[in-house]
Amino acid sequence: METLEKVDSAFAGTSVEACYQCGKCTGGCPVAGLMDLMPNQLVRLVQLGRLEKAMASTAIWHCVSCQTCTTRCPQSVDCAGILDVLRQMSAEQGKAAPELRRVLVFQKAFLDNIRRNGRLNEVELIGFFKTLAFLKDFNIPLLMKDTLLAPQLMQRGKLHVIGEKVRDRAVVRRIFDRCTKPGKGA
Amino acid sequence: MEFGYYPGCALHGSSNDYEKSIRACMKVLNAGLKELDDWICCGATAAHSLNHKLSTALPARNLAIAERDGVGSVLAPCPMCSMELIKAGRALRESEQMRRQMSEIVELKVEGKTDVINLIQVFERIGIETIKSAVKNPLADLKPACYYGCLLTRPAKVVQFDDCERPRSMELILEALGAAPVSWNYATECCGAGLTMANEATVLELANKILKNAAGSGANCIVVACPMCHVNLDMKQSAVERRYDTAHGLPIYYLSDVVGLALGLNKKELAIDKHFVCARAQVKR
Repeated sequence: METLEKVDSAFAGTSVEACYQCGKCTGGCPVAGLMDLMPNQLVRLVQLGRLEKAMASTAIWHCVSCQTCTTRCPQSVDCAGILDVLRQMSAEQGKAAPELRRVLVFQKAFLDNIRRNGRLNEVELIGFFKTLAFLKDFNIPLLMKDTLLAPQLMQRGKLHVIGEKVRDRAVVRRIFDRCTKPGKGA
Repeated sequence: MEFGYYPGCALHGSSNDYEKSIRACMKVLNAGLKELDDWICCGATAAHSLNHKLSTALPARNLAIAERDGVGSVLAPCPMCSMELIKAGRALRESEQMRRQMSEIVELKVEGKTDVINLIQVFERIGIETIKSAVKNPLADLKPACYYGCLLTRPAKVVQFDDCERPRSMELILEALGAAPVSWNYATECCGAGLTMANEATVLELANKILKNAAGSGANCIVVACPMCHVNLDMKQSAVERRYDTAHGLPIYYLSDVVGLALGLNKKELAIDKHFVCARAQVKR
């Protein structure tokens, strides 16, 4: 029971123990077919306190956060919210599955971009992400991906080499700092 | 009528065609948009996946700006942004401690009282009858598949908009414009959204199913109200066709595109000429 309580508080806002494994989350999941563990299995692992296995799954990085599982759960378990927590823990503890670590790399690059600019600079984000992914495992197809789209985007006025920045970037940085410094609760 | 406006990063980036189209419609319908001053990114999937606190704080800063400037209703045309703003607003309204903590973090007092709405709701508030009476060019040839994707209606308890399994709000608008929306099965299936860059294979697979079902259900176009849906179905459509050795050729319109066309605006005014899949004959004007 100790594990269950510990897990429950870590997964604030949803009652993991309410899940009775009906599998409706998995039935409606658009990417269940790609996952190594099904959404209902992830919830079960959390109930059992076996977080290591859940954190190391590829499933949490295949998830598209479409909220179908959460919306359809007959027990109101926030399955998508549970996967958010698993991703956060997996990232913080360096447990992300190597096959899909590029998803984490992308999301980190995204947040980094927002921290600097306050708004997303798409060109900068893609450049950073591709470079990081290339340095990590020499992913040439990823490096080349969509390069042919660039001129088409340019032609359509959709490519902004100099992205927008908010005026008060200092406050954005302070917000990030307050949310990332450990030991400040919630 | 005036609405607060939170464009979000996409509409000021590669989805600027969506913004142009919305602004053109609003002008014709005499509705003003007041952009939130110095708004910041909502954090999107990256924040809610990696830092829960940040995923409340970033939207909370925008809600605080709206409250400070006395903006009551805010249009967020990107469902990712609107869902994140609504979610943060709910968390704030539910807990005094959260209001105190977030006000401190975002350096502005925030209570979460802003009414955040999507583009469909803006048209509803302007009035479907009002729009109907302003139609100059009924869309008789249009048989759209109205595509809601994931976050317009989900999570249902958070966004509380339309029926999450069988939404009809876009169809009602399209019918008022003279179009004949089709009945199909993928209206609320996800397109893969922000995984376009990091996990393209998933997006192409999901997009292919959506395009195939729309065409198979007799649709001659898809109507969306989300910048990510548009990217994945329009910009990625040729990649989908290459990967699955098929030819969909389905034009993808933003909801504001079709409203604008019916109101008598042309392709250029609505930035439909910036889309990737060539718009069909009936909108060549």
